[in-house]
Amino acid sequence: MGTKTREKIEHPLSKWIREERWPHIWCSGCGLGIAMSSFLYALEELKIDPKDIAIISGIGCTGRIAGYIRVDSYHTTHGRPIPFAIGLKIAKPEMKIVVFSGDGDIIAIGGNHFIHAARRNMDLIVICVNNFNYGMTGGQFGPTTPYKAKTTTTPYGNFEFPFNLPYLAASAGATFVARWTVLHAYNLRQSIKKALQRDGFSFIEVISPCPTGFGRPNKIGEGLDEMKYYKEKSVVKNGIDPKDAELSFHGGNIIVGEFVEIEKPSYMQILKESISQIKEG
Amino acid sequence: MAGKILTGIHYMLGDHACAEGAIAAGCRFFAGYPITPATEVAEWMSRRLPKFGGVYIQMEDELASMAAIIGASCGGMKSMTSTSGPGMSLMMENLGLAVMLEVPCVVVNVQRGAPSTGLPTLVGQGDVMQAKWGSHGDYEIIAYAPASCQEMFDLTIEAFNMAEKYRTPVVILSDEAVGHLREKVVIPEEKAISLIERKKPDVPPEEYLAYKPNGDLVPPMAIAGEGYFVHMTGLTHDERGYPVITGEAHEKLVRRLLDKIQKNKHDIIKYEEIETDDADILIVSYGITARSSLKAVQILRKEGIKAGLLRLITVWPFPYEKIEELSRKVSKIVVAEINSGQVRGEVLKAIKSDLPVIGVHKLGGDLITPYEIIKKIKEE
Repeated sequence: MGTKTREKIEHPLSKWIREERWPHIWCSGCGLGIAMSSFLYALEELKIDPKDIAIISGIGCTGRIAGYIRVDSYHTTHGRPIPFAIGLKIAKPEMKIVVFSGDGDIIAIGGNHFIHAARRNMDLIVICVNNFNYGMTGGQFGPTTPYKAKTTTTPYGNFEFPFNLPYLAASAGATFVARWTVLHAYNLRQSIKKALQRDGFSFIEVISPCPTGFGRPNKIGEGLDEMKYYKEKSVVKNGIDPKDAELSFHGGNIIVGEFVEIEKPSYMQILKESISQIKEG
Repeated sequence: MAGKILTGIHYMLGDHACAEGAIAAGCRFFAGYPITPATEVAEWMSRRLPKFGGVYIQMEDELASMAAIIGASCGGMKSMTSTSGPGMSLMMENLGLAVMLEVPCVVVNVQRGAPSTGLPTLVGQGDVMQAKWGSHGDYEIIAYAPASCQEMFDLTIEAFNMAEKYRTPVVILSDEAVGHLREKVVIPEEKAISLIERKKPDVPPEEYLAYKPNGDLVPPMAIAGEGYFVHMTGLTHDERGYPVITGEAHEKLVRRLLDKIQKNKHDIIKYEEIETDDADILIVSYGITARSSLKAVQILRKEGIKAGLLRLITVWPFPYEKIEELSRKVSKIVVAEINSGQVRGEVLKAIKSDLPVIGVHKLGGDLITPYEIIKKIKEE
């Protein structure tokens, strides 16, 4: 009987991860792991040097992503990763600056920063993981919670209507807008790669199950059940007007795809040109 | 033409002198939001910074301005913002972030009458306590109170030097009267201005711990893009910068943050003593009100009353020891300030006797005149 030696196999993404921080804090069935790995595969496939990228996040479950990735990473205040990222981008124009945060962080408390960064066509990649509630604080409603949905602060159902994030981003001036669920991991990776290779403001909404905060009170079930729902209801419609990008939990569809991709001078391009002219003039 | 510091003698607005001082200190990033009476700082920066290859960006609010200067400083750019009370209130959130992340930056508050919208165009000095206590939790701050346009220039350079040296946000607590004053400012040759730069890591990335101080209490700072792969978080963290949610980790971190300012206060604290040697009455004042106080001392001296002035140049850290020492030599202390007694409270904390500490206060809108100070001294 020969002795078996098991070779240690390096995970293809391990160089990108601060393994000393494992285990992560996310619940089982959460989509954040897929969102993060889709992003890391995109970096790996583009052969991006870890020195050339920084990740900024705010507060919340998604906000913890910054702490798990081995690049320069900044876990800032609630709602403020975008303005922090703007400062860093201007100081380090050669770096790719990615804002990776949740719907509560980017759209509720940080909503004003979001629309203004889009308006400027600021050279940022904003990945917003939308789980339809505030997960970290135990499942309260927010500006993405569907109408009538139950959360710990909408015990009688949500009285408010949610934002359509791609429509919001596009109307504020974002020049690349996409939406995928975490079921669409491959498409998500391709959109992230596209965003990483372009200038200007890129926005990607990533729809993710939150079995603990959203799935349970709304009788969607476990993470896997929500993934099955995505599978059943998702329709890929690339290039449609984002105002028609329906996102329904009431029998309608979840429209996913790349909706906007337009060329327009980016903030950093305009800044560079202007400053060199002013310095010479 | 590429930018050059305006050396020589100038007749300058206080707010402009502050902005020029920032540029002389190496500031190349300014994020701000218009607000009276600090707008002229932003206007000067928008005109001057691009000539130096620097960047002025106007943000959507003061929350964003403060966040942006922290981000830029993490990328290695010396950065500043300016505002007044209402904006300062919004900046309090990320001022705490700068304290916790230990990011050098300078925040100018040209104070106006407050609370709330208060007196946008008129003077106030009511934000002294806010600078120290306005962001949640325990923290130390360095805050300067310039009393002239010359000091708006000089102390802005000093503010950048201290921010870099101690990896901390530094506040310039100016006021509307100094900010909108126009007077002589002498700007030295660029090479005569001494600048302090933040300590850089002296070990390779694999040995670098982002929050491990080497020798003193200030950790060397790696900037983004250098391969150090820093992680910075507003959560309580260990020497690696990783979150540790325990009382023990918190005690260690916050204690060091307090100590790095408190234990270096002799290097930081600045004041000016005028005729205090034989003084019987000590006036304590700062900012624009220190100028009225100086005049009051001169008038009282002519009348044969031995008055002296302690002018606070830094209001934080507070010079408790100096005031205690002077309190033993005088029969009364008078504190003149345009608020209801914020520094007076600190003076009371400093002295160990029942010496009278008389306040000369206005709540904003008008300057305190020398005669009002003299009248109060004679009444008591």
